[in-house]
Amino acid sequence: MKETNVENLISLSNDLRWQIGDEFHDNLAEGIYADAAEIVKGSVRNKKEKGHLRFDAKLDQILTSKYLGFPLMFLILAVVLWLTIVGANYPSAMLGSLLLDTVHPFLKDLGVTVGLPVWLNGFLIDGVYLAVAWVIAVMLPPMAIFFPLFTLLEDFGYLPRVAFNLDNLFKRAGAHGKQALTMSMGFGCNAAGVVATRIIDSPRERLIAIITNNFSLCNGRWPTQILIATIFVGAVVPKAWSGLVSLAAVIGIAVLGMGFMFFTSWALSKTVLKGEVSTFSLELPPYRPPRFWKTIYTSLIDRTLIVLWRAIVFAAPAGAVIWLISNVHLGDLSIAAWSIDFMNPFGYLLGLNGVILLAYIVAIPANEIVIPTVLMLTVLVTGIGGGAGAGVMFELDSANATGDILKAGGWTLLTAVNLMLFSLLHNPCSTTIYTIYKETKSLKWTAVASILPVIMGFVVTFLVAQVWRLLS
Amino acid sequence: MEAAPKSACETCPQYNAEGLKKLGVNLNEADFVVALAGNPNTGKSTVFNALTGLKQHTGNWPGKTVTRAEGAFQYNDQKYKLVDLPGTYSLLSTSEDEEVARNFILFGRPSVTIIVADASRLERNLNLVLQVLEITDKAVLCLNLMDEAERNDIEVDTRTLARDLGIPVVATSARYLRGIPELIQTVSDLANGRIVCKPHRIKNIPPNIEKAVTKLSNEIQAVYPDIPNSRWLAFRLLEGDNHVIELLRKGEFVK
Repeated sequence: MKETNVENLISLSNDLRWQIGDEFHDNLAEGIYADAAEIVKGSVRNKKEKGHLRFDAKLDQILTSKYLGFPLMFLILAVVLWLTIVGANYPSAMLGSLLLDTVHPFLKDLGVTVGLPVWLNGFLIDGVYLAVAWVIAVMLPPMAIFFPLFTLLEDFGYLPRVAFNLDNLFKRAGAHGKQALTMSMGFGCNAAGVVATRIIDSPRERLIAIITNNFSLCNGRWPTQILIATIFVGAVVPKAWSGLVSLAAVIGIAVLGMGFMFFTSWALSKTVLKGEVSTFSLELPPYRPPRFWKTIYTSLIDRTLIVLWRAIVFAAPAGAVIWLISNVHLGDLSIAAWSIDFMNPFGYLLGLNGVILLAYIVAIPANEIVIPTVLMLTVLVTGIGGGAGAGVMFELDSANATGDILKAGGWTLLTAVNLMLFSLLHNPCSTTIYTIYKETKSLKWTAVASILPVIMGFVVTFLVAQVWRLLS
Repeated sequence: MEAAPKSACETCPQYNAEGLKKLGVNLNEADFVVALAGNPNTGKSTVFNALTGLKQHTGNWPGKTVTRAEGAFQYNDQKYKLVDLPGTYSLLSTSEDEEVARNFILFGRPSVTIIVADASRLERNLNLVLQVLEITDKAVLCLNLMDEAERNDIEVDTRTLARDLGIPVVATSARYLRGIPELIQTVSDLANGRIVCKPHRIKNIPPNIEKAVTKLSNEIQAVYPDIPNSRWLAFRLLEGDNHVIELLRKGEFVK
């Protein structure tokens, strides 16, 4: 009975639709606008004479100008990065010495005192605890600086201007202009960037944004870039220039990432994700003075602590795995040594080595632990002193000492450059992969988003290695 | 961080914030459900935070809120669950965020809908306001960002506006918690039926279309006497919105 009624309604609506013609949508929209105009006429008064430019408009003329827009964007990015890099040094060193040099031996002794078996003590303290401590020492300070700075820019209203500047490039790449916003979020955390793609209406363009978000260097990868650039790239120029050159190298990698993002978006939209670019309107909101302390507070609570907690949750089991593969032996060699030997030839082809490849496999849960894992495994393989024993992650107090270990492990400038490239171009961390799956609900696209960057990483590092060796 | 809502005229009962308790995410046994709708970047999340005491992240760019955030507050012993919807310019197209907002106002049957609008850009914001008023008749317009409007020398006569729209209008600057006590009081009055709205219905429609809408809307009322938004449903059917047709077949509108 009800069902026939519903069908009657639907057929009645179909008949009526024929009668009123196909302009219903426009008519309705016009009607709404006409009503709105009438209402506003009766209740809103604008006392200010129109015609002269307000502060907002003047600022927009500069920030979104044809010539100054891009340089200013890179300048702002450089300043934010510089503040992050320089500012994070000291608290990182302090946290490192506290958690690694003071608390770690204390816990180890405590384990002995309460009578933990040696293997369990090693597993818990050298494996799980050290991984967590490293992540906190390395990640917390840069995050506590980067996120608030980013949030201040966001509250001020700069992000939509970035989107405005980049819109034309995105259009040419066949992607949605709002991808600029999700890309910017990705510079903080790729998982957050992937969630933010919900602002893109078209499923095709949203997929492109999700798949290419990984090309935004995330928070877990900045420290790797900065450390390696400082040790190897900064060292090839006179000391006075090394800071500036390392910073330029890091920004270069970030910009290269944006290049890959545009290229991949373009390639996807020309092949598997073909379609029209959808138009959209993006409001340039008024600039609003950020509420400084409130912003600092919320970005610490909302972003920094949540991201840090996530990293800790993933780092703990990874630390356990690292300790296990270095201490469980198959025949003469530990599993780690065995895998490194196995992967070395392939690593050589890519201008990397087995240690780096193994580190990237172990560090799938969290990018932050790549460098400590690399150090630990290098010490294991080369057998040089300075480390703290098999499967023990550690941080060296100075970049020089880190460099010495890596050089002893056979590292060259090529290894460093390719590690920076591979850090940019490899699979997303497991949190991001899981988020991609939750957002796309598709195993296929999750697989594409996870594997595509690794393949690109292999290709790019392989090419760089071959050309490099040919030239030198 | 924030001071509790306070104002000069503390003798006035509507300023008395003692009745207000921010409950954060404690959503148990809400007496009323309140939806928070509005254009992107009008400060919905800021209003949400001011009411619930939560620290939902806010940002100065349109589209910041992509999921529904929920929180709660208690006022005069009644509990209100507050749902922060994604910002939309309209409810007429079919993008994902618009659907989240539209479906919630339709099927979530909120006791009250707070429509947040940017006071400096009222005309553009009214597009959504008028559409929401076609769907629900228990709504309050939260005229937010009044501080910016004042800075730009824009004056809004809230009483005329309220009369034209047929719903209460409250001027606020949520960032500075101005107007929040009045907003809470108005929401409470609406929820308890102390204020009855007579919402504006879209008028400037060509006569032949208006006739078709009325006819269809009357038929819908004949089939579903309880439906509060038959006119809006008629709009959607005339537009040929497959999503709504499907929902109608499934009987979603009569729950």
